[in-house]
Amino acid sequence: MSSNKKIEFSPESLALVQKMIKRYPEGKQKSAVIPILHLAQAEFDGWLSVPVMDYVASLLKIQPIEVYEVASFYSMFNLKPVGKCLIEVCHTSSCWLLGAEDIVAHIGKKLGIKPGQTTPDGMFTLKTVECLGSCGTAPMLQCGAKYHENLTLEKVDNLLDEMKKENKRKTYLDKV
Amino acid sequence: MPKKLLLTHDHVAGINTYDVYRQMGGYASVEKALKSMTPDAVTEEVKKSGLRGRGGAGFPTGMKWSFLAKPPGVPRYLVCNADESEPGTFKDRYLMERIPHLLIEGMITSSYALGARTSYIYIRGEYFYVSRILEKAIEEAYANGWLGQNILGTDYSLDLYVQVGAGAYICGEETALLESLEGKRGNPRIKPPFPAVAGLWGCPTVVNNVETIAAVVPIVNGGGEEYAKIGVGKSTGTKLISASGHINKPGVYEIELGVPVEEFIFSDQYCGGIRGGKKMKAVVAGGSSVPILPTELILKTAKGEPRLMTYESLSDGGFQTGTMLGSGGFIVMDETTSIVKNLWNFTRFYHHESCGQCSPCREGTGWMEKILHKILAGHGTIEDIDLLWDIQSKIEGKTICPLGEAAAWPVAAAIRHFRAEFEEYVKNPKSIKDVKHYYRLNNLEVPAGLPDIEEKAEVH
Ligand SMILES: Cc1cc2nc3c(=O)[nH]c(=O)nc-3n(C[C@H](O)[C@H](O)[C@H](O)COP(=O)(O)O)c2cc1C
Ligand code: SF4
Ligand code: FES
Repeated sequence: MSSNKKIEFSPESLALVQKMIKRYPEGKQKSAVIPILHLAQAEFDGWLSVPVMDYVASLLKIQPIEVYEVASFYSMFNLKPVGKCLIEVCHTSSCWLLGAEDIVAHIGKKLGIKPGQTTPDGMFTLKTVECLGSCGTAPMLQCGAKYHENLTLEKVDNLLDEMKKENKRKTYLDKV
Repeated sequence: MPKKLLLTHDHVAGINTYDVYRQMGGYASVEKALKSMTPDAVTEEVKKSGLRGRGGAGFPTGMKWSFLAKPPGVPRYLVCNADESEPGTFKDRYLMERIPHLLIEGMITSSYALGARTSYIYIRGEYFYVSRILEKAIEEAYANGWLGQNILGTDYSLDLYVQVGAGAYICGEETALLESLEGKRGNPRIKPPFPAVAGLWGCPTVVNNVETIAAVVPIVNGGGEEYAKIGVGKSTGTKLISASGHINKPGVYEIELGVPVEEFIFSDQYCGGIRGGKKMKAVVAGGSSVPILPTELILKTAKGEPRLMTYESLSDGGFQTGTMLGSGGFIVMDETTSIVKNLWNFTRFYHHESCGQCSPCREGTGWMEKILHKILAGHGTIEDIDLLWDIQSKIEGKTICPLGEAAAWPVAAAIRHFRAEFEEYVKNPKSIKDVKHYYRLNNLEVPAGLPDIEEKAEVH
């Protein structure tokens, strides 16, 4: 996002924000902060910059600090830019038992990055995450809204190749 | 055939849609409750059923409901806990994804019993796509008159919303969940007051697990007494078990409580035995927080009786020789598994997920992770094993929420039952698998002097 671009939700998102606020009693609109941060992250390049968080605070009529403290608590909110495809590989017990480490190592080798890093072309960020509730179909990874399960090294190769070809930002809000 | 009450139609095509769900008898419990029962009569059936909370603690649901304060003029809330983040647990996701209307139906019937006019389903953020499935089901329920104003022409009205989280295991703890639902950091609250008195926005609130709420549907339909006929003793009804690890058939199984553990692991109806013809080494029976047990003790109690899948049988022998049913996250490990490394994995998880409010939990989980890390790196000493024991014993009972205990118990159990393996790692570091591999993976400098062990893969 270029720095002089105005931060404002699309009309559809703004309508959604109004709808979300109505889910709670009068005066409790702060409850909508997490859903709205999700919306903001998806709409503003996959991460939450300070100006974006300030914008969310203004929409909810709360203090910016109330947004920062929430955004920094939850692991799905990115406070730094990430690649178009954030590859989140589960490395907790059940996935580890069935080879999650090999999956992480393989992706790292293929993309030339380590967990926590982004490829120079801005396409991929690799991240290890804790149990995603998919232990029966281990090993697995999440990218955007989608769970990729029962992974093999071959499946991972195909997946990364497809993503690269598609060249599209994945978000948790994608319809899958 | 064992009886199923929740996953009766999970393989029927289109069961995720309203029309098919309704054709299969869906929403009958709402009709029955709203048209022929008082709210208290619904609670009474739940009490009779003996249903216990399926989120992990196993607290009797009917009793929890009867504790709900009912001051006049103050709203009451029902909040469904769909945070499901306990490692090894994935049953709620299966249920919501396959049969979303079962949860919606349970929410309506339960909300009626509690007198809630607005209810929320709090679902972990990673399940965003599942939240869309639930939202669609809710839309269909509104369109067909099961939600909204004057449901079925009665004077009962209910609004139901889905709220997504954003990645935090601690938000599964009920008071942290309520904080999160109020738009705050997920820091657990000091209790009392309990949510039944002061919960969401300070109002009386019941928090129940997805499976608990779904179970209310068959209880109301068939009656609490019928439900209580299934199972053994105080473990009534059916339970969803998430089976994972080194087994032939991982997945979600609905069992009648009381199935022998041995049958559950080895019969083809359930887990289908250990992969690749290997031997079983250990089982974590109820999600990462419960004590790990070696093969001898998971199959039979210390008294030599076959262990059953019930709350009582799994905890027989206390923490010395028993474990817990917990959330039903059943992780099976074969003979090749490093118990020390698995423990490090769990401990890293708890350290990562500690909210940081209490020093014993925040610092203790970190220390334990570091010590296990040191042992795995081949630098451990016998004193380190004792230090681990000491730290875990100083977390238990000294924290605001039970995450502290959840982090301490696995450490205690692993040392209690597998001390020999820890000592072997200390005395003979060459027996440790994958050491450098581990360092490289985690982006750490490989310390000098590590045993030279062949690596499976390498990150450059
Ligand atoms: C650290 C921690 C995590 C928890 N995670 C969950 C969870 O993901 N899902 C759940 O239903 N209960 C979880 N619980 C238990 C809840 O606090 C609460 O007891 C439960 O939702 C009550 O519902 P039930 O009586 O229907 O089981 C957790 C508890 C703790 C201490
Ligand atoms: S025990 Fe741990 S997770 Fe629970 S409130 Fe204390 S610091 Fe937070
Ligand atoms: S351990 Fe990986 S999804 Fe549960």
